[in-house]
Amino acid sequence: MATRADWLLALPLLLPLLACAATAALQSRRDLQRGITAITAVGLLLVSAALVAEVVSQGVIASQMGDWPAPFGITLVADLFAASMVAITALMYAATALYARGDADVLDNEALWHPLLAALALGVGGAFLAGDLFNLYVWFEVMLIASFGLIVLGGGREQLDGAVKYAVLNLLATTVFLMSTGMMYGLTGTLNLADMARRIPEIENQGAVAAVAFLMLAAFGAKAAVFPLFFWLPASYHTAIAPVAAIFAALLTKVGVYALIRIVTLLLPEGHSWVAPLMWFLAAGTMVVGVLGAAAHWEIRRILSFHIISQIGYMIVGIAIATPLALAGAVLYMLHHIVVKANLFLVAGVIRRAGGTFSLATLGGLWRRDPWLGLLFAIPALSLAGIPPLSGFWAKLFVLKSGFDAGWYVLAAIALATGILTLYSMLKIWLEAFWKEVPEGTPELPPITGATRWLLLAPVAGLGLVTITIGLWTEPFAAFALAAGEQLASREAYITAVMGVIRP
Amino acid sequence: MEFLLAVLFGVLLAAALYLLMARSLARAILGVLLLGNAANIAIIASGRVLGSGPPLVASGANALAAGASNPLPQALVLTAIVISFGLTAYVMVLSWAVWRGKGTVDTEALRVAEPRGLPAADAREAAAAETLAADLLPTRTGAR
Repeated sequence: MATRADWLLALPLLLPLLACAATAALQSRRDLQRGITAITAVGLLLVSAALVAEVVSQGVIASQMGDWPAPFGITLVADLFAASMVAITALMYAATALYARGDADVLDNEALWHPLLAALALGVGGAFLAGDLFNLYVWFEVMLIASFGLIVLGGGREQLDGAVKYAVLNLLATTVFLMSTGMMYGLTGTLNLADMARRIPEIENQGAVAAVAFLMLAAFGAKAAVFPLFFWLPASYHTAIAPVAAIFAALLTKVGVYALIRIVTLLLPEGHSWVAPLMWFLAAGTMVVGVLGAAAHWEIRRILSFHIISQIGYMIVGIAIATPLALAGAVLYMLHHIVVKANLFLVAGVIRRAGGTFSLATLGGLWRRDPWLGLLFAIPALSLAGIPPLSGFWAKLFVLKSGFDAGWYVLAAIALATGILTLYSMLKIWLEAFWKEVPEGTPELPPITGATRWLLLAPVAGLGLVTITIGLWTEPFAAFALAAGEQLASREAYITAVMGVIRP
Repeated sequence: MEFLLAVLFGVLLAAALYLLMARSLARAILGVLLLGNAANIAIIASGRVLGSGPPLVASGANALAAGASNPLPQALVLTAIVISFGLTAYVMVLSWAVWRGKGTVDTEALRVAEPRGLPAADAREAAAAETLAADLLPTRTGAR
C-alpha cells in the first residue's frame, strides 16, 4: 500500500508529467492547455506545501518506487533542503505560467510553451527528489531536453546562436556526469546515494574516489555555471524570451548547485581535505568574475545573466565552509536567489515591453512614465544587492557570519566587495532605464494597459512580496534553513531514511 | 579484455575532445556523439559486466552465481544510448537551422548573441556593437 509519504513524493512529479502529456496532446486547444497549466500550478503549490509540512514534522522521508527495497530500486527522498526546493519550483512554475499569459513572445508560440514548461518542472523536481545517481542523471536529461525546446522558443537568429552554445556545452557536462556515474558505480557497486555514502569510507583506494568525485564536481560545476566553467551562461541566457529566461535563471543553475551540495555533504564528508580549498577558489572566482562581467555590460539581460554567476559564488562559499551554519546560508541563499532572480528577469521583460528595448542606451524616463514598475524593479534589485531588510540581506548575513566564524576572512571580504559591486550594477540599470530623460530619437511606446498589465505585473508583485516577507518575517525561514543545514551536515537522517525503511 | 576496453575508452575520448575543439559545428556534433559512446564504454568497463555466465538466478537460489555477468550496467548503457540519440538529433536539427539562417556552421561566425565589441566602455558603444552585429551578418532566413 502506498502511504502518504509515497504520494507526497510522487505527486510533485506525476502532476507535471500528466500536464506535459495532456498539453502536448491538446496543442490545438489553447483554452484547455491554459486550464491544465493553471490547475497544475495550483496543484503543485498545494502538494509541495504539504511535502514541506510533512518533512518538517516527520524528518527525512523516502519512498521506494514499486516497493523494491533500497538500494535495488528507485528511491525518491526528501529532506528539508529538497522539499523547500520542490516548493520553490512550484512557485516559479506558477509565476512564469501567469506572466506568460500576458507575454507576447509566448502567446505566439503557446502550443509548445505549455508542455515544455511542464517538462522542465518535471525534470527539476525529479532532480531534487532523486535518491540515486543514475536517476539524477536521467532527470538532468529531462530538464535539458525541455530547456533545449524552451531556449529556441520564438526562433530568432539570436536564439539559435545562443542555443548552439547552450546545447553543446551542456551536453558535454551531462556526458561527463554520466561517465563519473559509471565509474562511481564501479568503485562502490551501488547507485543509491545513501548506500554510496555508507560504502565510500570503506573503500581502500580513496585516491580513486577523489578522482571520480572531481569529475562529478566538474560536471555539476559546469551545470551550476561555476568559474571557470560558466561561459555557456552569458552566451545564451540573454537570448531567451522573458519568462523562459526567468525560469532558467531561477532553476537550472540551482539544480547544479543542489547536486554539488548533495555530493559534497553525502559522498565527501571527511578525509577529503582537497574539497574545501578547491571550493574556496571556485567561490571567489565565481563571485568576482560574475560581478565584474556584469559591471562591464550595458544591456539589462546581459547584466542579469552575469549576476546569476556571481550569486552562485555565495552558495559555493556555503559549500566550502560546510559547517551547519554555512550550509544553512547556502540553502537560504538559494531560496532567496531563485525568487529574486526570476523576478528581475520578469521585470526586464516588462521594461522591454514599456521601453521597446533591453539596451540601457536607448531606455529612459521609465520612472516618470510608470512609477509602479520602478518600485517593482527596486525591490528585487535592492534585495539582490543585499540591502536590509530584504531577503538578500539575511542570506548574505548567514554566509558572511559562517565565513567569519570559520576564520575565512579573505573570502568573506570578497563576498562583501561583490555585494557592493552588485549594488553598482543595479544602480546602473536604475539610473539609465528609470531616472535619466528619454534619449532623443527613442520612439514613445503606448503604455501597457488592461488585463495584460495585470498579468505581467501580478507575478512580479507576488515574487516581490515573497522577498519582503522573507526579509521582514525572517524568523521561520532562518529556523528552517538552520534545520536544513543541520540535516545536510549530519547526513545520518538521510541515510537512515533511505536504507532503514523495511517493508513487509 | 578490461585493458582493451580501457584503451578503447581513451581513444574514443581523445577523438571526441579533438573533434569538440574544431571550429565546425558538424565536427563538434560528431565529437559529442563519440563522447557519449566513450561514456558508455566507461560504464561497461567499470561495471564488471564481463562475467562468463548469463545473469540468470538458478531456480531455488536467491542470488546470482559467482562469475555471472552484471546486467545493471547494460541497462544503464541502454538508457544512456537512447538519451544521447535524442539529444544528438536535436543538436543536428539546431545546426541545420543555423546553417539555413547563416549559410555557415563555423562557430567563429556565430556572433549574433555575443557581438564583437562587447563588453563596451559605455552604454552607447554597447548598443552600437549590438546593432552592428545584427545588421552585418549574412542572413539567409527564409531561403529554403
